[in-house]
Amino acid sequence: MSGVRVLVGTRKGAFVLTSDGKRTDWDVSGPHFTGWEIYHVKGSPADPDRLYASQSSGWFGQQIQRSDDGGSTWTPVDNHFEYDGVPGTHQWYDGTPHPWEFARVWHLEPSLTDPDTVYAGVEDAALFRSTDGGKGWQELSGLREHGTGSSWQPGAGGMCLHTILLDPSNPERIFVAISAAGAFRSDDAGKSWLPINKGLRSGGIPDVDAEVGHCVHRLAMHPSAPGTLFMQKHWDVLRTDDAGDQWHEVSGNLPSDFGFPIDVHAHEPETVYVVPIKSDSEHVPPDGRLRVYRSRTGGNEWEALTNGLPQSNCYVNVLRDAMAVDSLDSCGVYFGTTGGQVYASADAGDNWAPIVRDLPAVLSVEVQTLP
Amino acid sequence: MIRVVLPAHLRTLARVDGEVQLDIDGQVTATAVLDALEARYPTLRGTIRDQSTKKRRAFVRFFACEQDLSHEPADAALPDEVTSGKEPFLIIGAMAGG
Repeated sequence: MSGVRVLVGTRKGAFVLTSDGKRTDWDVSGPHFTGWEIYHVKGSPADPDRLYASQSSGWFGQQIQRSDDGGSTWTPVDNHFEYDGVPGTHQWYDGTPHPWEFARVWHLEPSLTDPDTVYAGVEDAALFRSTDGGKGWQELSGLREHGTGSSWQPGAGGMCLHTILLDPSNPERIFVAISAAGAFRSDDAGKSWLPINKGLRSGGIPDVDAEVGHCVHRLAMHPSAPGTLFMQKHWDVLRTDDAGDQWHEVSGNLPSDFGFPIDVHAHEPETVYVVPIKSDSEHVPPDGRLRVYRSRTGGNEWEALTNGLPQSNCYVNVLRDAMAVDSLDSCGVYFGTTGGQVYASADAGDNWAPIVRDLPAVLSVEVQTLP
Repeated sequence: MIRVVLPAHLRTLARVDGEVQLDIDGQVTATAVLDALEARYPTLRGTIRDQSTKKRRAFVRFFACEQDLSHEPADAALPDEVTSGKEPFLIIGAMAGG
């Protein structure tokens, strides 16, 4: 019988939640790497037993862990992320030049076809790739060096490369997003890069529609329509239908268009999910009500999904990498909160229930659909 | 024989219990101890000092013989009590954070 494996990264370790296709009874494994921040755990689409985890600590730095048995056992692999050449400077919070310094890996994106190839998005923003299962990492420095890097500036959480999308129809095409630089596209497998931020307007920067400087929080893509991307920006929800050449806003009737995660239904490319947050200065759900909003029209028209979610006195946040969907017939949707709850819906968001309630603050949620 | 005490998280990472014992040829310095430690436990590379610059990480300290040696030159000789194995070389995770 098919099932799902939910990979949860938290402030104090990783957890693996498994269930059969009904998604009602769950087994909880963990914590793995207790006490360490686990920014992200993700499995290879080409080999579901191959997992990669980003493990970090303010004391002891970065580790990358690899599992070849679906998360039962883990082995540390290479943790040396060295920028290519002399990395130069980007802008610091006060606008002065600041040297590029590696802090941590925010996001790991395994190749769609090769379990040994995996991309890493890091802070300070850069993209790395390993082609040997994490035994060695090389920077794809064309991104950092394409021309605007010296003007990039960190968002409040650090200058992180947090989103990596691989186009299933074109192995040469990669999308990334950086807070607070914007979205970028490569059409030659990561060698050269182009900012793709036309149509974004950000009130917090001097030139509201500048080429770079936008605080993009998250991008999402449906694999059957890889030219269409959805974006949750610092403020505004947007979409593009030409691979980022032009964006337009689809916030529509959302109660707030500030938020962090965004994701797309596994079988409906125009069904999109966001979690509105009150504002940039108040990272809590509007009115103390935790609501996922779903659009079945690719944006603009949104409906609140509340069944099973707390509708009073709820003041948790949902971070950018903390939402995912499975690909079972009835699409499952999952998200984790800074309050340690992981919620699941086995019916595309109509009804929700917590899988676990009392984990450390959740940093990331990924789902594997198992045969 | 040099005795090294690791903080709990690094013992877990290196999969060791208790003290680590290292044999070092030549002068016993912090650099020599860390070189030997990382050679035996490659997973500790980058956890105590930067892999490229070899600079000690900000929240890691080196203690021995009731002294903080963190700011001593990395190539300075460690105390005789450490060199003889009478006292351990302590690698400490600073008291910070939550």
